[in-house]
Amino acid sequence: MSAASLSSAINAIRSSSFAHDRSALASNASHPSSSAFLGSTARLRFNPISSSAGRPRSSAAVAAVAASNVVKEKQPKSSVSGSNLLITKEEGLELYEDMVLGRAFEDMCAQMYYRGKMFGFVHLYNGQEAVSTGFIKLLKQEDSVVSTYRDHVHALSKGVPARQVMSELFGKETGCCRGQGGSMHMFSKEHNLIGGFAFIGEGIPIATGAAFTSKYKREVLKEEGCDHVTVAFFGDGTCNNGQFFECLNMAQLWKLPIIFVVENNLWAIGMSHLRATSDPQIWKKGPAFGMPGVHVDGMDVLKVREVAKEAVGRARRGEGPTLVECETYRFRGHSLADPDELREPAEKAKYAARDPIAALKKYIIESKLASEAELKAIDKKIDEVVEDAVEFADASPQPPRSQLLENVFADPKGFGIGPDGRYRCEDPNFTAGTAKV
Amino acid sequence: MATSAAQRFGRRLASSVPRRRFSSSAAAAAATGGSAVQRTQNPSLNLCSAINQALHIALDTDPRSYVFGEDVSFGGVFRCTVGLADRFGKGRVFNTPLCEQGIVGFGIGLAAMGNRAVAEIQFADYIFPAFDQIVNEAAKFRYRSGNQFNCGGLTIRAPYGAVGHGGHYHSQSPEAFFCHVPGIKVVIPRSPSQAKGLLLSCIRDPNPIVFFEPKWLYRLAVEEVPEHDYTLPLSEAEVIREGTDITLVGWGAQLSVMEEACLDAENDGISCELIDLKTLLPWDKETVEASVRKTGRLLISHEAPVTGGFGAEISASIVERCFLRLQAPVARICGLDTPFPLVFEPFYLPTKNKILDAIKSTVNY
Repeated sequence: MSAASLSSAINAIRSSSFAHDRSALASNASHPSSSAFLGSTARLRFNPISSSAGRPRSSAAVAAVAASNVVKEKQPKSSVSGSNLLITKEEGLELYEDMVLGRAFEDMCAQMYYRGKMFGFVHLYNGQEAVSTGFIKLLKQEDSVVSTYRDHVHALSKGVPARQVMSELFGKETGCCRGQGGSMHMFSKEHNLIGGFAFIGEGIPIATGAAFTSKYKREVLKEEGCDHVTVAFFGDGTCNNGQFFECLNMAQLWKLPIIFVVENNLWAIGMSHLRATSDPQIWKKGPAFGMPGVHVDGMDVLKVREVAKEAVGRARRGEGPTLVECETYRFRGHSLADPDELREPAEKAKYAARDPIAALKKYIIESKLASEAELKAIDKKIDEVVEDAVEFADASPQPPRSQLLENVFADPKGFGIGPDGRYRCEDPNFTAGTAKV
Repeated sequence: MATSAAQRFGRRLASSVPRRRFSSSAAAAAATGGSAVQRTQNPSLNLCSAINQALHIALDTDPRSYVFGEDVSFGGVFRCTVGLADRFGKGRVFNTPLCEQGIVGFGIGLAAMGNRAVAEIQFADYIFPAFDQIVNEAAKFRYRSGNQFNCGGLTIRAPYGAVGHGGHYHSQSPEAFFCHVPGIKVVIPRSPSQAKGLLLSCIRDPNPIVFFEPKWLYRLAVEEVPEHDYTLPLSEAEVIREGTDITLVGWGAQLSVMEEACLDAENDGISCELIDLKTLLPWDKETVEASVRKTGRLLISHEAPVTGGFGAEISASIVERCFLRLQAPVARICGLDTPFPLVFEPFYLPTKNKILDAIKSTVNY
């Protein structure tokens, strides 16, 4: 059954990726710490990993999950038989379309880069689509997303039109940041995408602040129905950075409606996560701060979605933050300039075989949610969308040179008005470098 | 354009002899054999290879020296640390997790216990989390312990500067922030042979040093680099081109741009003197002052934004010392007061034409 094969693959992934920690996993299985932290009310309703009935609970891989103070509830209703599917047809097609859009867009980025149409540092998201789609498709427009430099697909999932993202990459005026940010800095006020950050970990405190705003609006300003959540995406390397820990503490302390999503693709440029982290199981860092920590197979969009539903639900109800570790993999190098020589071909092949799009397609077809023809139609539609985005970006104008001096400060031209009554930056000597400001 | 200038510039360096020296360092210079004057065939290296050589030598000559940082083990994203881990082992050349504050703080601790720590910050733009450790700890360690402890063995290497497509966070020039901190030194090389000698000096200097490497020149600057172990003196500026009408002061990759402007100015009959500061803190005021006394005009150029950039310090100091000799205001041709842009990089940078215009207007003041 496809659901079982999707979820049972977790065993294989976990045991090979955490090969060094097999003994640690086993010991966790036999003695999960069950002490509740003082003042913590974190509970997860279900164990997200073992969604297929019949898999033995005692396996080390399964038990090494979830918070120390999680009550292991009954099994979720969905079972392997397929009679109670995790998604409806509309949801399935929406997820599929979103993931295919992400994949096709990133592949087109690579092509455009090598043709010289875009430049700079470009980091592609191939292989990790399940995480973006699994989380962001559950959000409303008012919910906020904070991302990293690998942010094209987060922007697309959140609803930023492909045209705007592609224009931004080309550095054109019609891009979502008018060409000023580029690949690593996607922002959208309309869709509440609070950026793309080139610097790892910098976005997490910002997401924490955004989450605080939403909670403040609800509880202090008493705005009705303000249950907006914030999702912060970041990688495994970031989990060794001080800002991450500071924010886990603050978020749990103030019970903020935020979900910390770790896209653990096991590599930080050329540093293996297992060799850079004292305890590679990142989900454990959640309970250390008093919030639930969950590990989920990030190559399986349905799994991610189930966990995301729970985490987003917690945040909306005001129960506080969750740390979700999605074990995923990037099929390409760190960036388009990375020769990607360090990763074993065997590892790459293993994850390539677990392509999230192929897996979802198989699930949809085997569960008879949609036909192959319908999926192919979606593929074709997405191809057209991406082609159109490229054409639009190509045809868009470059930003005017004056844009360089805009938005440094709050007044639209920056630097204020000079004594002669004109904007200082309009002084022709300003760009010659000899002007007095 | 930058390519040919850098190459020309590099090759010219190999045959020029630094003119000014302090008497105290004359002996040192003689000992190094006037590094620039090598007539035998030395291999041509680019900047990252020269730095790699320097690191190999540094680790070879001191068994308690270490190189660490993000991704240094496989050679680094710029290949400056290639071969070190294989040759000296993972105990001495190792990767750190992604935590700049931790990397520098950890380096300070190593240095305080008498080791030589060469910490790499992957891009100078990422140095800001470590800024606290550098300013509050590294710079003050010897001072506040009354010389019981010091972290002189610490050298922090970081690639800085524009690279053509870097955008906001891969192109910054943060040297001005560090030049405001008494207790550390700031060194910036302009070419491969300079980089090797200066880096070895920095590693062996008994003070904590921030060493900025112009990333644009990693591959572009190619020069003959002597293979032996040599050091170049710190806090000595070098006059790399002599002239009589105007003094130009710069450092790092910007010097190649300034040299192009000097050549163009020469066609218009203006003779320019070009000085490489090499060490920004503490900087060689005497050399620059002597040059300005000769020419009467000064122009400073750097990529960092003009307001509060290091050019301001140079300008203020020279005006204090040479006020009556100056025939024109000190000119600063620098980056604009905006964040480093992405698509607008050519408009933001102090280009050859901007410098040339300023040379002419200063000379014709």
